[in-house]
Amino acid sequence: MGTTPTPDAGQAGPAAALGAVDFEEVQQRPRFRELRRRHRSFVFPMAAAFLLWYFLYVLLADYAHEFMSTKVVGNINLGLILGLLQFVTTFAITMWYVSYANRKLDPIAAELRSELEAGAVPTETGGSK
Amino acid sequence: MNVLTVLPATATAAPTQAGEPWINMTIFGLFVAITLVIVLRASRNNKTAADYYAAGRSFTGSQNGTAIAGDYLSAASFLGIVGAIAINGYDGFLYSIGFLVAWLVALLLVAELLRNTGKFTMADVLSFRLKQRPVRIAAATTTLAVCFFYLLAQMAGAGGLVSLLLGINDKLGQSLVITVVGGLMILYVLVGGMKGTTWVQIIKACLLIAGAFVMTVWVLAMYGFNFSALLGDAAATAGTTDVLNPGLQYGASGTSKFDFISLALALVLGTAALPHVLMRFYTVPTAKEARKSVVWAIWLIGAFYLFTLVLGYGAGALIGADAIQAAPGGVNSAAPLLAFHLGGPLLLGLISAVAFATILAVVAGLTITAAASFAHDIYANVVRRGKVDPDGEVKVARRTVVVIGVLSILGGIGAQGQNVAFLVALAFAVAASANLPTIIYSLFWKRFSTRGAVWSMYGGLAAAIVLIVFSPVVSGSETSMIPGADFAFFPLKNPGIVSIPLAFFLGWLGTVLDKAGEDPAKQAEMEVRSLTGVGAEKAVDH
Repeated sequence: MGTTPTPDAGQAGPAAALGAVDFEEVQQRPRFRELRRRHRSFVFPMAAAFLLWYFLYVLLADYAHEFMSTKVVGNINLGLILGLLQFVTTFAITMWYVSYANRKLDPIAAELRSELEAGAVPTETGGSK
Repeated sequence: MNVLTVLPATATAAPTQAGEPWINMTIFGLFVAITLVIVLRASRNNKTAADYYAAGRSFTGSQNGTAIAGDYLSAASFLGIVGAIAINGYDGFLYSIGFLVAWLVALLLVAELLRNTGKFTMADVLSFRLKQRPVRIAAATTTLAVCFFYLLAQMAGAGGLVSLLLGINDKLGQSLVITVVGGLMILYVLVGGMKGTTWVQIIKACLLIAGAFVMTVWVLAMYGFNFSALLGDAAATAGTTDVLNPGLQYGASGTSKFDFISLALALVLGTAALPHVLMRFYTVPTAKEARKSVVWAIWLIGAFYLFTLVLGYGAGALIGADAIQAAPGGVNSAAPLLAFHLGGPLLLGLISAVAFATILAVVAGLTITAAASFAHDIYANVVRRGKVDPDGEVKVARRTVVVIGVLSILGGIGAQGQNVAFLVALAFAVAASANLPTIIYSLFWKRFSTRGAVWSMYGGLAAAIVLIVFSPVVSGSETSMIPGADFAFFPLKNPGIVSIPLAFFLGWLGTVLDKAGEDPAKQAEMEVRSLTGVGAEKAVDH
């Protein structure tokens, strides 16, 4: 057995049938390169941004006690507001990514997928029902 | 008359129990009965390995997301964070932020690509284009190590909880309860497989989040929905406004501040590398559903941590740090005590049952992950070199469940009294060091090689564990596991800040020094599959 995950017994899905596909050729196709570019150009900067923002917050909470203890409204201080803002940014990035993926990633991925699954084995298209 | 004896302000005589044990036991018994019926019904279709490990890939994104929340919001999150906020104020809140933000790593970098390239375990993804045997052995080793730390934490938590909720204070009685919890967990996993485990987690997540929501609204209503007033009362009860500001727990010294950075790093990078979380992504049919799972999980987990903020300060205001620490179960008793204060024995019983269910569900999820890793990676692919039918593999997985269950019962009895939140933080540190670098590299770095993977996994695992052994957690202070000895030369309690960068570095170094390189065709196949989802195993129809 090679390093490819084998399909389950009695379940000849497209995984088995894709053996004929030249993945190195697919990797070079402009459509695929576009998909990879779109994916990475979103997730890498976003991951870097939220990690920086999180660690900025951690460092402030850890070393800038006076600043974080500044009262803003009633008993609510800057530390609490910045902490709650971490929640807000997490929710916002989540929604942003979902909408980006739905618009920019899923259509190309689906297009490539159906191309490959149809091209690989014309007799057995979409082997997994 | 054994209704709560905690509330008297003269908390000198340590109260022995809270509420009516029989109510707690009845509600917990009901939960067990209902979930067992569901598990039995769900297990009728467990035939293949995909059924047993991945629930036939038949869950929807929202179901799986709820189950992820159920898996993730362990007793340490619920009891631990509420207690930490009640006693240490703002610093307890810091924990929950790390636990939530970490999900973005899973959402952006891991979940979908992993779903598209693997089958059951983390090792499936790594061995896609790297050399099967060394990588599988390494990945199974790290998976088992992380599961072990996490299991110990949960089982140790069970013991402490029992003393508070059932009024069982002697060691023998607590051990007996740990054995019962462990036995139930074995039964769930053995019979129900991933499908049964997932349903237990879904039910538990709904109960936990609903319970926390009701208590949150209740507490806020007592202060006219004025959060500032609640904070003011918490500061008044504590006698200092320090509970509203950072620094009470981690601000003590330069070392403790540095320790907090180390903890933050481990929390944010550990979540997306926890094996039992990774395995959950295989229970859905497509990458899109995997994405949806994480989105659901983020909303549920985020909402829950917002509730714990209110509950923690509520417990601090209404019960007070001294009374909480004097109660059996110490810090962990804040949430149950608050429930009793609000709703009497009935609400306490409900919340206690939920806490028990939490431990049960999390332990079940960990056990099935460890068993899958052993049976699928070590037995089927390394020992038998893939020449095994799925039935045989599932048989081995079931036997492994029993072995791990027995080990975790013994470990739980041995680990009684250890700090639960700590053990969990250590599990995160081990996961972030041993697993995350390799996962990220193999998904995104074309050149990444087998040697890099093996060095990173073993190096990260060894560094994390060695630093823990020589840290103040194990020796050198009165709260250590071995209070008498002192061989703690590493000053930090959490090893993440050293072991995580080291594991990233080793992965890079091993790859650069590996002249052989890997098959570019395999890399191409993995990249195309991971992004397009072509050939990914779909749901099994029943």
